[in-house]
Amino acid sequence: MTSAAAQDAAASIALRGVGHRFAGSAGAVEALRGIDLAVAPHEFVAVVGPSGCGKSTLMRIVAGLVRPSAGEAAIGGAPVDCPHPDVGIVFQRPVLLPWRSVAGNIAMQLEMRGIDARSEAGRISALVKLVGLEGFERALPHELSGGMQQRAALCRALVHDPAILLMDEPFGALDAMTREQMSLELQRIWLERRKTVLFITHSISEAVFLADRVAVMTPRPGRIAAVVPVALPRPRGFAVIEDRAFTAAVRAVRGHLDAAGMVE
Amino acid sequence: MGRAADWTYPLAAVALALLAWHGAVAALALPPYLVPAPALVAERLASDAQLLLRHGAVTTFEAVGGFLLSVVVGVPLGMALVWSRVLEKSLMPLLVVSQSFPKVAVAPLIIIWFGLGVAPKLLIGFLVAFFPVVIGTIAGMRSVETDVLDLARSMQATPLKAFLKIRLPFALPQIFSGMKVAVAFSTVGAVVGEWVGAESGLGYLLLWANANLDTPLLFAILVCLMAIGLVLYYGVALAERLALPWHVSMRAAEPGSTL
Ligand SMILES: Nc1ncnc2c1ncn2[C@@H]1O[C@H](COP(=O)(O)OP(=O)(O)OP(=O)(O)O)[C@@H](O)[C@H]1O
Ligand SMILES: [Mg+2]
Repeated sequence: MTSAAAQDAAASIALRGVGHRFAGSAGAVEALRGIDLAVAPHEFVAVVGPSGCGKSTLMRIVAGLVRPSAGEAAIGGAPVDCPHPDVGIVFQRPVLLPWRSVAGNIAMQLEMRGIDARSEAGRISALVKLVGLEGFERALPHELSGGMQQRAALCRALVHDPAILLMDEPFGALDAMTREQMSLELQRIWLERRKTVLFITHSISEAVFLADRVAVMTPRPGRIAAVVPVALPRPRGFAVIEDRAFTAAVRAVRGHLDAAGMVE
Repeated sequence: MGRAADWTYPLAAVALALLAWHGAVAALALPPYLVPAPALVAERLASDAQLLLRHGAVTTFEAVGGFLLSVVVGVPLGMALVWSRVLEKSLMPLLVVSQSFPKVAVAPLIIIWFGLGVAPKLLIGFLVAFFPVVIGTIAGMRSVETDVLDLARSMQATPLKAFLKIRLPFALPQIFSGMKVAVAFSTVGAVVGEWVGAESGLGYLLLWANANLDTPLLFAILVCLMAIGLVLYYGVALAERLALPWHVSMRAAEPGSTL
């Protein structure tokens, strides 16, 4: 194996028979059952499913923040038992430190990993530019709009140049217009950087617009009902919504959600 | 609301109160040993400035010392209680019990043990002031959201780094709230300590003035105590403002903000 190929393989995600139970205060909750899913290096996979079906739990298992009670998650073929260094995460909320500027919040990722943030100032400003936050490097989080905060969080997830990007409904709290714009930007960033992406969302059209494949989950306990491939060339513009392949994929995803007992 | 208005309201209130005080003393012809007029109190403040300054310095030193002691002990103690469930379960009930009886009642005992010097006053100040610091620290450390802790773990932060750069700053607003209560308490603690047994300090001077029916001096001492309390409180508030310019409580007074 060449070193490039080895690096490639390191960017894969595999879930084998993953199940998870929470010992909640209202009795045990089975959140996930028998999840098998493989994400190839540089692939963009979206996960859709009804609220409470275990999507966030699934992401936290891949992130090494939760240990599954059955099966295992692997990154680059190695089982995940703690947060993996080659992963960047965008959470459902921006989770920015209120006392740090945009640049400071992005630098946090480097500082925590023991990387000298000052020598990487160029990388930070390049990222800030990439997501369209120039001029706001020194602004504090409360001075930003929700969409701008989430862009800063995206920069923080990318700044250590991870091979894998995990995103948990990153645009869930945004209005429809900002959301569409963020989708376009995410596509642009993905085309430029080619990360392996696991993208969680409850929007079918967002999933189809962005992903190579869409994994559909059933209501709790969450299982993978089907994986729908999206055969559309990139870059995809909003005109793609009229495309037959797009509508077919949307219909397929909706069909699997309906069959799984969930109407959106 | 403009900057000027912030100052005019309390100033006007104080001026009105002084005027009412003066008017009442004159109208009711109250003798100075009952209620001295404001002018008389001001006179005593000036003529006994040396005396008041000397004793005031002692009380201030004791209050600040008791307060610092309560912070130095209270903050780490609160953190230890958050860190370890076992510690919390075994120590918290003791702490609560220790707060449920009036600490003033143990002051004589402390004087017997430690004598008439400064040390027992620091101890009494500490005893009355450390509990709010502990409670503030615990509340602050607990208020850090799981999201934030997840973020720290995902960045592979060492426990020390996560603590210093994330948990502690998040806890600071509540720690400061505890400290603001504590600094008010520690002045009370110092005066109580001086009442029970001392050879100097405003509390000691207060007893002396009282025994001699020197009410104007008594009022002058009260003014000094109030001044010490105000300066210490606003000292902590200023430290908070400097340490937490980012916090919501500091932004509440931004011009243009409405409620
Ligand atoms: N820490 C926890 N303790 C107990 N139960 C939990 C915990 N976290 C999640 N659960 C349960 O697991 C199930 C799945 O939760 P999860 O957050 O993964 O859902 P989700 O698919 O991300 O939902 P949403 O789309 O609303 O974000 C839920 O029913 C929830 O009640
Ligand atoms: Mg979720």
